[in-house]
Amino acid sequence: MDLKGKKVIALGERDGVQGNSIVECVKSAGAEVVIEFTSCFV
Amino acid sequence: MNTITLGNRHPVIMGVRYFLAHAPGLVRNGHKPSVDISRTPSVTEDIASHLRTFENAVGYPPNRAYLGDIFPDQLRDIDRPWFQHNGTSERRQRHGDIMPEEELLGMLKISDAFDSVWLEESFVRESKTALESHPLIQPTDMEKLSEGHSYSIIEEQSANESAMPLFLRDGRLVGCVNGAEEDEALSAHVLLENLACKATATMALRTLLSDGGFDPAGVQYILNTGEEAVGDSFQRGGGNMAKAVGEMCGLENSTGSDVKAFCCAPVHALVLASTMVSAGLYDQVAVVGGCSLAKLGMNYQGHLNADQPIIEDVLASFAVIIGADDGESPVIRLDSIGGHNIGAGSSLRAITRTLITVPLDRVGLKFGDIDKYAIELQNPEITEPSGAGDVTERNYRLIAGLAVQANEIKRDELQNFSQKHGMPGFSSTQGHIASAIPFLGHATDGLINGDMQRVMFIAKGSLFLGKMTQMSDGFSFILERNPSR
Repeated sequence: MDLKGKKVIALGERDGVQGNSIVECVKSAGAEVVIEFTSCFV
Repeated sequence: MNTITLGNRHPVIMGVRYFLAHAPGLVRNGHKPSVDISRTPSVTEDIASHLRTFENAVGYPPNRAYLGDIFPDQLRDIDRPWFQHNGTSERRQRHGDIMPEEELLGMLKISDAFDSVWLEESFVRESKTALESHPLIQPTDMEKLSEGHSYSIIEEQSANESAMPLFLRDGRLVGCVNGAEEDEALSAHVLLENLACKATATMALRTLLSDGGFDPAGVQYILNTGEEAVGDSFQRGGGNMAKAVGEMCGLENSTGSDVKAFCCAPVHALVLASTMVSAGLYDQVAVVGGCSLAKLGMNYQGHLNADQPIIEDVLASFAVIIGADDGESPVIRLDSIGGHNIGAGSSLRAITRTLITVPLDRVGLKFGDIDKYAIELQNPEITEPSGAGDVTERNYRLIAGLAVQANEIKRDELQNFSQKHGMPGFSSTQGHIASAIPFLGHATDGLINGDMQRVMFIAKGSLFLGKMTQMSDGFSFILERNPSR
């Protein structure tokens, strides 16, 4: 998937992949993160 | 001149006990159900039709694991869904008691120092009958139950905006909580949460003092670790539930305070208590955690969708006493503390590294040297129907992955490592209760009389939920067989 120039909503999970990790990943692929959020389901 | 004598003593776990209160009638007062009921009143009936009996809650295998009746690994031998295996178990199990709702509501009144809880007179008589044979309820407790109020007064008071009605599982109105009219921090629902926290922590500590033969006067400090917020609007969260619980348990020579760190607080508090003992400041320190009433029915919608019982229907608590080395009890290794430092970064990998890899390296141990890792121990049967998956299993996979990275095990051994050094989740989703602490009783047994050598306790806290920081939190320690044994 080419993420360059795309806008991304990063929804992470505390006990899985956290929002900030998704942000780092998609930013390095050229995407713009518009919302970042990490949930805790417990 | 008097000199201060400070020691360097090994802190040990002198005792651990747990407590559950079956609270099906209070499920509607959990945060998620109460919000949904305020929008859609018919949700009350949907919930009521999926509430379990007390007998089913007593025999529920994860509750039996929490109260020490079975070892958590035994859950692997019981076919899912576990709620279909309700067996026949006694309410008093190896590590503690499970109390029915009639007694719990009585305990709320007994814990109430300001006449906030009013119970209906015929229900008071039932509650008295149930509680008078309880070995941990004193005559002074029974006096606090008083005579109660007439049904018409309870009904009239319950209609008051500042009051909250109390119902049993069958929908019967049996009392109400009266909140302050002009102070949100002392509203009926906040008082109910706090009184439930106080009552359940009290029962766990009373169980521990009684079972362990501890003299309450010998405990010198008490730390509370719950997620309640005690205080009025001028000092919301001011706290010191610790002393309120200590008072209920006769800890006359003790002072205390609260440790606030979301779900991570109990592990922080155990380490802080250990340092107090190690430094020679105190000989015995109690650590308690009361329940989280707000989390009752948190995943109820998933349970309704799956047409299964609402199994987030218990309030949980624990109590621990830390003391100086007695040559027998397991030792908290203060050289093994893992802290998620502020500068460590908040990726899961960074957290796990600081909590596990760094302390293991420091004390010269390998991943496989830890018999069991106690981590997030939420019962998957609660979280899976809501789509949150098996949180416990995910955490074990991560630890096993670190062991692979460290070249201790091969990739194809990952599953075996998780099974051997992990366990199925068995705790109710009671916030701070579920994070590592539910295994402490089993670990203490295994390190004294079993074949365990060491267990690592790893707790995590979601600080970001409070909107003061994006950070998470974590804390860990290794509990080890006493070297004198």
